[in-house]
Amino acid sequence: MTTEAYDKQTASEIIASFDARSEMLVQILHQFIERFGWISEDAIRQLAEELNLSRADVHGVVSYYHDFRTEPPGKHVVKICAAEACQAMGSRDLEAHAAKQLEGDDITVEPIYCLGNCACSPAVMVDGKTFGRVSNERFDDIMASLGESG
Amino acid sequence: MVTKVYVPRETAAVSVGADDVAIAIARCAKENNESIELVRNGSWGATWLEPLVEVLVDDKRIAYGNVEAGDVPALFDAGFLKGGKCDKRLGAIDEIDYLINQDRWTFWRCGLSEPLNLDDFRAHQGFKAFEKSVEMGPAAVIEAVKKSGLRGRGGAGFPAGIKWQTVADASGDQKYIACNADEGDSGTFSDRILMEGDPLGLIEGMMIAGFAVGATRGYIYLRSEYPLTHKVLSKAIDLARDSGWLGEDIQGTGVDFDIELHLGAGSYVCGEETAMLESLEGKRGIVRYKPPLPAIEGLFGKPTVVNNVVTLASVANIVNLGGEKYASFGVNRSKGTLAFQLAGNIKRGGLVEKGFGITLRELIEDWGGGTASGRPVKAVQVGGPLGAYIPAEQLDTPLDYEAFIEIGAMVGHGGIVVFDDTANMAQLARFAMEFCAIESCGKCTPCRIGSTRGVEVIDRMVAGVEREANYDLLVELCDTMEDASLCAMGGMTPFPVRSVLKYFAEDFAVGTDE
Repeated sequence: MTTEAYDKQTASEIIASFDARSEMLVQILHQFIERFGWISEDAIRQLAEELNLSRADVHGVVSYYHDFRTEPPGKHVVKICAAEACQAMGSRDLEAHAAKQLEGDDITVEPIYCLGNCACSPAVMVDGKTFGRVSNERFDDIMASLGESG
Repeated sequence: MVTKVYVPRETAAVSVGADDVAIAIARCAKENNESIELVRNGSWGATWLEPLVEVLVDDKRIAYGNVEAGDVPALFDAGFLKGGKCDKRLGAIDEIDYLINQDRWTFWRCGLSEPLNLDDFRAHQGFKAFEKSVEMGPAAVIEAVKKSGLRGRGGAGFPAGIKWQTVADASGDQKYIACNADEGDSGTFSDRILMEGDPLGLIEGMMIAGFAVGATRGYIYLRSEYPLTHKVLSKAIDLARDSGWLGEDIQGTGVDFDIELHLGAGSYVCGEETAMLESLEGKRGIVRYKPPLPAIEGLFGKPTVVNNVVTLASVANIVNLGGEKYASFGVNRSKGTLAFQLAGNIKRGGLVEKGFGITLRELIEDWGGGTASGRPVKAVQVGGPLGAYIPAEQLDTPLDYEAFIEIGAMVGHGGIVVFDDTANMAQLARFAMEFCAIESCGKCTPCRIGSTRGVEVIDRMVAGVEREANYDLLVELCDTMEDASLCAMGGMTPFPVRSVLKYFAEDFAVGTDE
């Protein structure tokens, strides 16, 4: 995950690319996450100002959606599907395996509720890329390949 | 001679290595001095065979299944560019039982055509239904949709024609088409397969809807868990706009229609139509009171058709072939076809588009080949996390909206998640409550608080603490949630819970009573 530090100018440009329409807040926040990795207090303040919303409005939206993290993520983000179809194929074991393997690493591990890859369960998303038929061994291979590419 | 090779660019196929296979094929072709045209098609939906590679030989598409990048050199050695025999060879794609025994009404272009090639789309009847709609006029289009008996494929099953009529009759200076592509139910992926395999087909469906009800703007609300879909759909929209199939005065017809693509942000409840509208307006995805219905006061307070991806994509062939033809599939009040999705612990998972009336057993055994583990089926959850767990004894129930309601279950979006006999049903009942607690929008108390209390009560039951008293409490809690919740999230979470209490009560009995 390559993200950059929060920058007011860049943020302004993103907001302007949506014509500063307040109904685009969710879409703008996605761009912020892509660019900066997380939503800071500074970002919330600036969004409120430039979209003519209250800070409470912006904070409300940020805190409502799972996608909008308010803390910097680890070097990699691993999302393990915890929904029913993946549970039917052992995702609870995979989750435990991942927690054990990645303990102490600078990697964010979180559950996700369905990647729509339910005929290839269990499914995992690593840095935005979806993987299917993820056995414990395959999981280790995927994580090892990240190490190689930095 | 240039040989056409097809490797799907579809989430499931890519998730098991299709991109690497495509790269390996390109590299091997170069090394062997073979000239190939690599086409990234959508998926046919036979997900268990992915990555499924095809080679065009004498006008026949020869399929090779479960191809891994490492297999590619051997495939070239076996002469796969000429359809050579090897253990990966499945035969011609149009001779594979899994595919040819389906009723492909909505998904017929998926796998077959090139998703982002406008000429190829046109060669496969693309935009023909839109052109025909303009000739027929709005009223006749709505009439055809009514005659087809098409019901909302997102899960609620509301008759699409009646919804369209309501929006057409509503007064408003601006009307909208809002396509619900927030396919959040576990076990479902038909919207995704369609959007990745036939994105222009969805766009055409929205154009027809817009023309029929007098809406000039459309929105697609796509879940953020589908990044590849987002790429494909964005390109398809640009492609349509750049070639004059979206925008003002489309192809000189005088029809104006354009589409904006929005991403969801990981909230399950935003699949509920009014929460989705709130989210489209850039707000928290909080469910609205109904009435007013979105058809009267929807997006930005204007009359809005909210339809699921598959609903909208089904319309093109209804216009082309007639509503009666569509209604000739299916049974009773469940007309037409549904794209069933076989998921979870299943040997041959994937998408099966079939007329209503087929039984769960036919789908799971004949198509699905039973469980992936080879163990007996214990339970099947149909219709997502709010659907009941159906015990193996009820597998002969026909897929029909009303027949499912009769057994306390729902067809929903057609996702079928299979569990084998190792499944812990008490754990799954607890998960239903836990998921509701995580995803509740928080507007109504039964859902917000009830779900948390539900988890606690189930924990006590499993721990063996006053099991009978807690059983009664759980039933009462389910009654309250069902009767008093604002939307299906809280209102239907009790369905899976009750089904576990009814059919799998022994799974709670692991602890001992105090």
